[in-house]
Amino acid sequence: MLNQSDPILRLENIGKYYGRFQALADISLSVQIGEKIVICGPSGSGKSTLIRCVNRIEAHDSGRVIVAGHELTAKTRQISQIRQDVGMVFQSFNLFPHLTILQNCMLAPIKSRGLDRSDAEKIAQNLLSKVHIANQAHKYPAQLSGGQQQRAAIARALCMKPQLMLFDEPTSALDPEMVQEVLDTMAELASEGMTMLCVTHEMSFARQVADRVIFMADGRIVESSPTEEFFRNAQSERARSFLRRVDL
Amino acid sequence: MNNFDVSFILDSLPYLLKGLQFSLILTAVAFSCGIALGTILALLVHLRVPVLGLIAKTYVALIRSIPLIMVLFWFFFLVPLFLGWLSGASRPVPVGATWTAFITFALFEAAYYCEIIRVGLRAVPKGQFEAAAALSLNPCATYLHVILPQVFRATVPIILTQTIILFQDTSLVYVLSLTDLLGAASKLAQISGRLTEFYLTIALIYLVICFGASQLVWRLRKKTKLQ
Repeated sequence: MLNQSDPILRLENIGKYYGRFQALADISLSVQIGEKIVICGPSGSGKSTLIRCVNRIEAHDSGRVIVAGHELTAKTRQISQIRQDVGMVFQSFNLFPHLTILQNCMLAPIKSRGLDRSDAEKIAQNLLSKVHIANQAHKYPAQLSGGQQQRAAIARALCMKPQLMLFDEPTSALDPEMVQEVLDTMAELASEGMTMLCVTHEMSFARQVADRVIFMADGRIVESSPTEEFFRNAQSERARSFLRRVDL
Repeated sequence: MNNFDVSFILDSLPYLLKGLQFSLILTAVAFSCGIALGTILALLVHLRVPVLGLIAKTYVALIRSIPLIMVLFWFFFLVPLFLGWLSGASRPVPVGATWTAFITFALFEAAYYCEIIRVGLRAVPKGQFEAAAALSLNPCATYLHVILPQVFRATVPIILTQTIILFQDTSLVYVLSLTDLLGAASKLAQISGRLTEFYLTIALIYLVICFGASQLVWRLRKKTKLQ
């Protein structure tokens, strides 16, 4: 079993190519239980690709991905095991449009964790209240606002009781007035001790929630520093110029 | 036309309705089996299953380039020969007109439904597959609970339109001397010599059913657009 001091996620020299384009180069990273990490950087720097390699939505080409002590290989059983422990929230929500919010939340716990309906429903109702949309449980995704949909997507991921949550630009597709409600939900989750890996351009969120900020450019980790240090005194010129350009 | 006689029609209405019943049953069976087989074919192509995917693709392309009436004839005349050769019998093993009709229509429609469903599968956003994968759903659960329900919802109007065409096409079993709606009418027409009355009547029946169904499709289309 995993020791408290073992990292929940370890990436060792990850490389990823799209044809001849190198999307990720020599990425190494270790995430402790309870740690909140924000990944930022200019677009095309490989941030999304990186977190999509953690649950093998993208397959890495070289290096090792180790989640909760299990190495991620092409083996289907291993992949599905790891995906049970890793929740993911997407930029475009990706709720299932033909299912109600409640059904969205119940499907995977029943079909992949093997829970029975009543247990799955209990968990789902609980988590929907936690993200403050319990009263929307029987509506379809299209009937909800963007912010509500993204909170439903967060609840859906949490229903699998993941040990690690991945956020892939969760507020980038939202209208400005809805960004905050989603960030608040994420901050709440962070304060409860969830381990989080979050790709975002919301630097105020990073400042408030993250333990560590990783700055990426051209498929490499340029900088990985404790949050305060990153904002006060970024080491690389690229990170400093990035920080100057994003709103603080 | 001046001695147009409706009494013939009324007397033979039960026989016509029996013919219509056969047309509707054939449509229903060809629809259910065609959708089931078509979905499997579409999945084989969509998932690029080695060998089987290619076979499915070839099958669909082949069937879609042959007129239905030829397939009916071939099945009726060639499959008995083939079965005879297969079982080592000295004579052809007859399949019978009814079986020929049901099997041919199911196999033929499968190719058309396959194309509709294949296009529907391609229209499902990549994010749906990714979300299902991230939730650790296996491929079977993903297609059964996430992807296919969306495909069927999106393609219902096209599938129904194809089924209306199927219903009209069932009149081709007339060449196998089966008593569908058209078959019933033509038999009665020949016996009574009242060709105009009978052909007009069944034209009206086809019209009412197909027009009603089209209206339904049109309403469904409007509803899906609103969503």
